[in-house]
Amino acid sequence: MMALPPIAVAAIAGFILLNGIVGVVTYVTLLERKFAARMQSRIGPYRVGPHGLLQPIADAVKLMLKEDLIPRAADRTVFNLAPVVFLIPCLLIFASMPFAPGLGVADLNIGVLFFLAVSSMEIVGLFMAGWGSNNKYALISAMRAVNQIISYDLPFLFAAMVPVLLAGSMKMSDIAAAQHGLWFVFYPVIGQLAFLAFVVASVAAENRVPFDILEAESELVAGFRVEYSGMKFALIQLGEYAHVLGTSFLTALLFLGAWSGPGPAWLGPVWFLLKAMAIFLLLTWVRWSFVRIRVDQILAISWKMLLPLTLLLVVATAVVVVWRP
Amino acid sequence: MPTDSLPHQPTEPAAPARAVRELDYAGTERLTMNMGPQHPSAHGVFRAVLTLEGETVVGVDAVLGYLHRCHEKLSETLTYVQYPSIASKTDYVAAMTSELAYVMAAERIGAIEIPKRAQYLRVLVAELQRIASHCLWLGTWCMDMGGALGGGATIFLYCIRERELILDLFESLVGARLLYGFHQIGGVRYDVPEGWAAECRRTMDIIESRLAEYEAMLENNDFFLMRTQGVGVISREVAETVGISGPLLRGSGIAYDLRRAYPYSSYEDFTFTVPTHDGCDCFARYRVRMAEFRESIKIVRQVVAGLPEGPISSRPGVKSVVQVRIPKGETYARVEGPRGEVGCYLIADGTPKPYRMKWRGASFSNLAVLPHIIPGHKVADVVAIMGSVDPVFGEVDR
Repeated sequence: MMALPPIAVAAIAGFILLNGIVGVVTYVTLLERKFAARMQSRIGPYRVGPHGLLQPIADAVKLMLKEDLIPRAADRTVFNLAPVVFLIPCLLIFASMPFAPGLGVADLNIGVLFFLAVSSMEIVGLFMAGWGSNNKYALISAMRAVNQIISYDLPFLFAAMVPVLLAGSMKMSDIAAAQHGLWFVFYPVIGQLAFLAFVVASVAAENRVPFDILEAESELVAGFRVEYSGMKFALIQLGEYAHVLGTSFLTALLFLGAWSGPGPAWLGPVWFLLKAMAIFLLLTWVRWSFVRIRVDQILAISWKMLLPLTLLLVVATAVVVVWRP
Repeated sequence: MPTDSLPHQPTEPAAPARAVRELDYAGTERLTMNMGPQHPSAHGVFRAVLTLEGETVVGVDAVLGYLHRCHEKLSETLTYVQYPSIASKTDYVAAMTSELAYVMAAERIGAIEIPKRAQYLRVLVAELQRIASHCLWLGTWCMDMGGALGGGATIFLYCIRERELILDLFESLVGARLLYGFHQIGGVRYDVPEGWAAECRRTMDIIESRLAEYEAMLENNDFFLMRTQGVGVISREVAETVGISGPLLRGSGIAYDLRRAYPYSSYEDFTFTVPTHDGCDCFARYRVRMAEFRESIKIVRQVVAGLPEGPISSRPGVKSVVQVRIPKGETYARVEGPRGEVGCYLIADGTPKPYRMKWRGASFSNLAVLPHIIPGHKVADVVAIMGSVDPVFGEVDR
């Protein structure tokens, strides 16, 4: 077999991955809608295709056909660029994610750091959207976004440091391998606390209920994306769900042993996907049962509770790592 | 309240679209933001003009009238037979109570006797309506705080599911689900059909058990408590001076309920308590309404058990819309609606149509408390407070 140049391999892998993500994200929305509907004693999408299975496609087609409105008062360049700037980091986080040993685009030796750094870049797109719309609701939402991202990235980072310390590596495949036998979520005390802190911080980083003060449609109508319509709105939506999906995969990788599971090795990616979906459904469950909290309370939770807790956890983990047999 | 935040009285020519209006007061930047009339949490069409300093609200002004439908003028052109079904539309969430206030006013001027069975049926539908209205309040209030794409929507759909049961009861009683035309001068228009009482008892049992579920879901949730406790405090003094009524007043620790203070339509025959709460905040109002759910269920059970036999109206069947004539006179009749005192001031001149009619909407008077409690809160609290006031804009604008 003729060996392809490395750049071509990377391009092909990236192409497959991107399309895979977009496909999964599209159907994750259906999963969430069905799950939420069941929680609320409804049926959910049912009309398009058997059991509503074609609903996401119908939604995508509808959004593509919608008129693309640009407010006259908007800053056109910033307004048009924002969805793209928002979407890129949301998709880029998958670049360093291996889905099985050796199956991924780039298994960087600073994989976790890359993920965290890139995922917090989405705030640039968010702020551009809020600023460029020239809308008061969007502006307040963008202001809240910056507040929230700054407050929750630190606990997010520190909580992610616990598995990194336990595995002794920032490479994602190393962390997955280190959980062979004992998933980090089952690591006594530290594991569970770090898992909880990580999930809370990731809900906040994803801007989902109860931390969805950016969107806060009962106060700010739709927050930073109030002026967006059609495909630009779809891009923002796609980015948000890609981010949620990426964080679910990261949680599964850091705490739930990634692709380890019973059965032959080729089942690994399936296990990984199932675990990520379990995390996603956990977040969905939280989303559809909590009320939103206020912006000052969100900040208080981060700075007064989550940050000290995760800092302590990192120190405790470091002690454990040094002293463990 | 700076005059600049009254956009319906423009003091300067319209600014070009790109200009950002900065108001320089005491060195801090203020922002005027419209909440409504088209807004997801407006509960209808209400425009609150908020003056913000960052996220904090420093001033609030209300612009009303988006749902004005000339109800009071309309009543002068419609006969006593016709208007009750229009009266439904003032407070369309609690249509039964506004109808009742109107017919009670006319009956009082005409000194018309109401058969006992009709009085009991009036109490029955009024209490069912209170439960249905409170269901909608709880759902929309939680949706204000929790978002249509979050836990609030879950509670909302649960509440709508329960409200549906009561609407089904109304449908089999009246034939309509939202606006009824159930009351008429001299009594009520429809008697309970066969098997209705058993269905009603079953519905009450279901709703009572579901209430415990809501309370468990909300009160065990720290986020819900954080959003409601200590928010929107209406002190006893403010409550007494501003003129609020209903659950708002009782949530500020004042046990005032027209059903107890000035019993009408045989309310004195039933045992119930007037729930109050001393918290004065959104949570207190929530607790009062949750207790009212249970009191209403209690009253409904008593009515169904003790419904006397007899006619449902003291007047013969209506053959013409001008058949009912009320002698000259004027009066004020009031009932305790789900949102507070619903009053109807009626002047009759002996013709089949009233000379003049004036509504006292509970929501309208309750809204007057907003400027006293909103300033100082965050934007997010505005919707929580608005929701706890539970305004229905059909009743505000009329």
